[in-house]
Amino acid sequence: MPVDLHVIPPSPDSVRSARFEALVLPCLDAAYNLARWLARNDADAQDVVQEAMLRALRYFDSFHGNDARVWLLAIVRNTYYTLCMKTPPDNLRESLDEDAHPLIDQGPSPEALTLLAVDVGTLQLALERLPPPLREVLVLRELEECSYKEIAAITEQKIGTVMSRLARARERLKTELTCRPKEVRRHDL
Amino acid sequence: MTCDDTRLLMHAYLDDELDAAQSAVMARHLQECTSCTANYGVYSRLRKALAQPGLYHRAPDALRERWSPAPSAAQATLPASSQPRRAPLAYAMAAGFAGALLLTSPAWITALQQRGADSNPVVAEAISSHIRSLQAQHLMDVVSTDQHTVKPWFEGKLDFSPRVKDLVSEGFPLIGGRLDAIDGRSVAALIYKRHLHVINLYQWPADSAATAQAEVQRHGYTVIRWTAEGMRYVAISDVSAGDLKQFVLAFQNDAGTPAVNPSR
Repeated sequence: MPVDLHVIPPSPDSVRSARFEALVLPCLDAAYNLARWLARNDADAQDVVQEAMLRALRYFDSFHGNDARVWLLAIVRNTYYTLCMKTPPDNLRESLDEDAHPLIDQGPSPEALTLLAVDVGTLQLALERLPPPLREVLVLRELEECSYKEIAAITEQKIGTVMSRLARARERLKTELTCRPKEVRRHDL
Repeated sequence: MTCDDTRLLMHAYLDDELDAAQSAVMARHLQECTSCTANYGVYSRLRKALAQPGLYHRAPDALRERWSPAPSAAQATLPASSQPRRAPLAYAMAAGFAGALLLTSPAWITALQQRGADSNPVVAEAISSHIRSLQAQHLMDVVSTDQHTVKPWFEGKLDFSPRVKDLVSEGFPLIGGRLDAIDGRSVAALIYKRHLHVINLYQWPADSAATAQAEVQRHGYTVIRWTAEGMRYVAISDVSAGDLKQFVLAFQNDAGTPAVNPSR
């Protein structure tokens, strides 16, 4: 379209918005998935994503071509914690990583073997019962398939912290699933 | 390595986040320790359960529409307070330019890429075959996670004996095999999974000696080709290029199949 190019000077704004559409919009599902798992309901999740997208648009100039998904997920996470006036993640981090919550591992119980039979509903409830720092690390790893490095970037933690938190999260989820044998059995039928 | 040490490392091992030395130590420990192996099995099953698509929340349509790529819609959602009002003409021009950019640049990029990839018919055929295999009921002729079932199945169906190995311990479980045609001949196709993604691995006897590994990206698929021990291999999937490379490495690595196979 040479005519268009002649009449319209390439405005930095339009280039910027085309870049935003190409890089950030494809990550909308990822943004919503994380927000939905943090907020645990549709209405709040939509608010969080809407606000996060506005922030992303506003600060798009500070994004310098690394992974747009990681960048957007970090914004979603921060937006959620600010909007919900939750305790800052730092506080959660400290209380969680102390020995108050040691890794409990009783070895595989017979119930653990029914894990495969657990349906989506039971799994969803168990995951929602986890404290947010554990829930987010599991969602990022298992549902978004982020690497430890990406999770560390999104949650502003060290890779070592990501690793131990993921271990804790899986331990807790396993306990949630196996210590409620009634539910498991009911769904097993 | 003691069982206490494995408590954290097991998860990193499960996530393919250990370096080669550490994963070798971990694999050895799993071979020796039944209780850790059982634990590993439970956690791989938990991972598999979490990969169910029902747990993923996709953005609702209302939200998607609000952020739809139409330039006018994107402009409308700009926060009024943070942007000074501009004349409607400027908006129209900006939108027009963005539209022109959207229309022209991807076309150029695709055209260039297609020309590059089309020069190799094998890549194009592998992509078509991969896509066809994902359409209803075309994926597998023999369904089995056991390499000792899949390999004999090919006997008498091909004029060569394909190399079959299960890579479940590397995070790429074998799920079956299929006969396919590429480059005008019958080839063996092995089907592997990576979480929810399918990996097709084609192999047939090579005419030429070993060649360097070549990697091509097209339409969101990654294709890796290599030749080894008289066989040509083509691996294709929509997993990330890094994951597919890891898969190829795992397949090429003869020693890398620990006997432990806990998730079965």
